[in-house]
Amino acid sequence: MASKRRGLPEINAGSMADIAFLLLIFFLVTTTMDQDTGISRKLPPMPEEEQEKPPEIKAKNIYVVLINSKNELLVEGEWTQISELKDGAKKFINNNGVDPSSSDSPQKAIISLQNDRGTKYMTYIQVQNELAAAYNELRNEAALSKFGERYADLNKKEKKEIRKLYPQKISEAEPKNIGGNE
Amino acid sequence: MVMSKFSKNGKKGMPAISTASLPDIVFMLLFFFMVTTVMRETTLFVNVVTPKATEIKKLEKKSLVSYIYIGPPIKRMQASFGTAARIQLNDSFASVDEIQEFIASEQEARDEKEIPYMTTSIKADESVKMGIITDVKQELRKANSLKINYSTRKGDWDY
Repeated sequence: MASKRRGLPEINAGSMADIAFLLLIFFLVTTTMDQDTGISRKLPPMPEEEQEKPPEIKAKNIYVVLINSKNELLVEGEWTQISELKDGAKKFINNNGVDPSSSDSPQKAIISLQNDRGTKYMTYIQVQNELAAAYNELRNEAALSKFGERYADLNKKEKKEIRKLYPQKISEAEPKNIGGNE
Repeated sequence: MVMSKFSKNGKKGMPAISTASLPDIVFMLLFFFMVTTVMRETTLFVNVVTPKATEIKKLEKKSLVSYIYIGPPIKRMQASFGTAARIQLNDSFASVDEIQEFIASEQEARDEKEIPYMTTSIKADESVKMGIITDVKQELRKANSLKINYSTRKGDWDY
């Protein structure tokens, strides 16, 4: 038995490297490595036929952001640059009733965003990004003062607590077509 | 004479480098790439340069993500499809009305339990107008696929 085993010729493994290289090159070509990143949003469900009348919201609790077809911003009736938007939104959300014409509390504050059909996608994303940044900064500040850690480092329960303090309420109105674009 | 003997000896005595471990090394590389990469799912017919943003999140669970590409057709396709922004689903151009069908087929391919966690990633070119994006969003609402992700690159922009 033993002598028989010994007699078996060894399989030549010289081409193993070639085979492995072939597989490697195949995977290099057919796969991608890029991480997908982006801004996550949730769309509102389609309105039902008989819908209850939505509760009235005081105008002072709404932060109106309009973008026109020339990519210009009108925030609360004033012409604004995108770079000023974040601080403006932060001030509005964190007003807590100090300024009687601004929001009552972060829970009640709503940001209303409306764009034109001719608005450039890049501008829209910049505005979304700035508004998200405003909320993220506020949450970070709250997390630091409450738990002494950044928002991203908190555990699930703590994150939920902070989110309750600063719920991200961005409402998007149906876009208008004032610019006359397709 | 002594010198020549030395050099001769040296050349002859140089042992061949063993390549026995080469397959192992290559296999290691292969496994690395198999684990860290994903299969390329579609060939793009539209040019997509996603806008930059800072407040971004990673898209988790790639198997639950369906992609909608929006952008101007690539050069080779411009002769037949023009330069206006178009929607691409899977491997072909599509019109806005086909999105509901696309979402339905994507949902059918997944487990029923996973449907609420499905995300639609909108990969749109930064030059695209919001009109087409709004139409797509409206169709997604009709298809009841509400989780969306605007695909962006990491980076700051100049105001």
